[in-house]
Amino acid sequence: MSLSPVEGVALAEIESGTDPGGPATKGVVGRSPGQLAWLRLRRDRTAMVSGVLLVFFLLLGLAAPLIEMVYGIGPREQFQNLLDGFGMPLGYAGGVSGEHWFGLEPGLGRDIFIRLIYGLRTSLFIAFAAALITATIGIVLGALAGYLGGWLDAVINWITDLTLAMPFLIIALALTPTITLRFYGERGQVSSAFGVGVLIAVFAIFGWTSTARLVRGQVIALREREFVEAARASGAGLGHMLFRQLLPNIWAPILVSFSLAVPQFITSEAALSFIGVGLSDETPSFGRMIYRSLDFLQTDPAYVFFPGIMIFALVFAFNLFGDALRDALDPKSSR
Amino acid sequence: MTDKPLLRVRGLTKHFPVRQGLRATGLVRAVDGLDFDVRPGETLGLVGESGCGKTTTGRMLVRLLEPTSGSIEFDGRDITHAGRRELRPLRQELQIIFQDPYASLNPRHTVGRIVAMPLQVNGIKPPGGIKARVQELLELVGLNPEHYNRYPHEFSGGQRQRIGIARALALRPKLIVADEPVSALDVSIQAQVVNLLRDLQRELGLAFVFIAHDLAVVRHFCQRVAVMYLGRIVEIGDRADIYERPQHPYTRALLSAIPDVTQLGPAGRIRLTGDVPTPLDPPSGCRFRTRCWKAQDICATEEPALIPRDGGRQATACHFPEGEGAGTSPEGEAAGTSPEPVAAGSVAEATVSGVEPAGRGAEANVEEVSS
Repeated sequence: MSLSPVEGVALAEIESGTDPGGPATKGVVGRSPGQLAWLRLRRDRTAMVSGVLLVFFLLLGLAAPLIEMVYGIGPREQFQNLLDGFGMPLGYAGGVSGEHWFGLEPGLGRDIFIRLIYGLRTSLFIAFAAALITATIGIVLGALAGYLGGWLDAVINWITDLTLAMPFLIIALALTPTITLRFYGERGQVSSAFGVGVLIAVFAIFGWTSTARLVRGQVIALREREFVEAARASGAGLGHMLFRQLLPNIWAPILVSFSLAVPQFITSEAALSFIGVGLSDETPSFGRMIYRSLDFLQTDPAYVFFPGIMIFALVFAFNLFGDALRDALDPKSSR
Repeated sequence: MTDKPLLRVRGLTKHFPVRQGLRATGLVRAVDGLDFDVRPGETLGLVGESGCGKTTTGRMLVRLLEPTSGSIEFDGRDITHAGRRELRPLRQELQIIFQDPYASLNPRHTVGRIVAMPLQVNGIKPPGGIKARVQELLELVGLNPEHYNRYPHEFSGGQRQRIGIARALALRPKLIVADEPVSALDVSIQAQVVNLLRDLQRELGLAFVFIAHDLAVVRHFCQRVAVMYLGRIVEIGDRADIYERPQHPYTRALLSAIPDVTQLGPAGRIRLTGDVPTPLDPPSGCRFRTRCWKAQDICATEEPALIPRDGGRQATACHFPEGEGAGTSPEGEAAGTSPEPVAAGSVAEATVSGVEPAGRGAEANVEEVSS
């Protein structure tokens, strides 16, 4: 045959390939791209510090009732006897003491520390729930639009554009009180769970577009790759194509966008609570606390300091971690 | 040449509409009326330069692309427009190997999952379990079955192509469409992979449609060869006939472009001038006439049919086929008849497209004929 001179080499190579391998190669398990990313993340000091901080915040939020038990003060307890005649807390720095670590609220005299812990819990819950829902909607719609294309793609794109064109703040301002009114009437006591639910729903309605766009673009890029065609040539159905072949390849950008969406929702929740359309005063939340503290900016600066620092640290840690995650998952992209 | 064909293709056509805004402004005639048969256990090579419709044909055969017209019959059943459910049993008998081993394996799946994928999506549970079957397949293509849990990025190009072959073999197909399976590989690795395919063909009695632009590889591997130009088959026949007695001028030019290490200089090279005409607006009559040194008036008006010659074994679509005396053949002998090339002549494609205007003065014995 015309290729005979190379055939010997070829055979040798094949044989070495078939070599069952010495004991050294026995049981070798390859590292998945996910494992490699995890190793890179472990080596990144920023990622580790911000990650530890995030875990700490998460634990604080989760263990709020436990902390309340240990601390011995509830979020709605009032300590009017520790306020002076003008409703300002006695003592230095807004009434910081061994009893009340971060001091007391002027006016109502509630403990700031335990309200911060519960506020963290509310903020994290709302942000994670909203991010999960928006990611799910975005992934499903984006993947379908990208993979199937055609009229479905056109319709989903159109809905995305429509959603992006709607002014978020105005609709949130108009919608939240209307819905609350519809369910509870003029005088009904609004439960805190309802307020939280409405906030999450508002975020979900407006937040999915960026994920959908991202996923759609990624899927279109992958759709023409040959491994997708190989699965199609083997007769794979839509579910297998989307969830087995395509999704594992786009987890990285989805994860990054998720980790960057969470702090965005935390600040949005604070902003909405700040302008008064978010949560009621009953529910402890960062935005609510900052809103109330503004009246006392001159007389009791410690009141704005603690929630401000807390929300700053939380969002900063999330953003740093998101960036580090992107670097770990996609080492080829430049910083 | 005994029993009825496994794959029977008649008038296979694929036109891609060109849209400007909403209006279709033209058609790319990527594949325009192919007829060929593949018998069980036979290897048909599909050769031609870039853009002549080889890959489009391969994709249509495994129904990754929907044919515009024509028919594909596999094992006696018409599968031209079969839906996914109807195709299911056929998918198992008709598989494809891809060109790019770096793009054809899912980077997030282990080798085991990649090779097992066809079994899983078709709900097949082989005796002894999927893992045993996958390891058997890996061994069959010359990979270490211990590498079951590794990821594609840990393998070289040749090893990846073997994984792709194992995946195609998983369903025990009767016909494999190999879409330039070696053109992305090193020459030494090409030899290994082609030899592997040949061994598998002998062992398992597979039929192949082997798409390539590399004539040396096709000569090594294929029993029958079809030469394509601009979406049509210009010549089809047995390997020996095509390589030793090419009748179509294009086949001759293509063969003469195989580099020959035993000769210095461009002796005997037929240099085609000009570019391949656009498939948007192919020339009238014979499609090769704009670059053919034998073109006459009839070539522009009448399209030559693929007429069997030589006792029916070789068919040529030309008004003035070679070997019938009339041919005013250019100087020298085609390299196809000289001692066999050692390495695979992978530059055939570039040379045939005539992209070297610099050296034209010296050996340009074929000028573009336009009518």
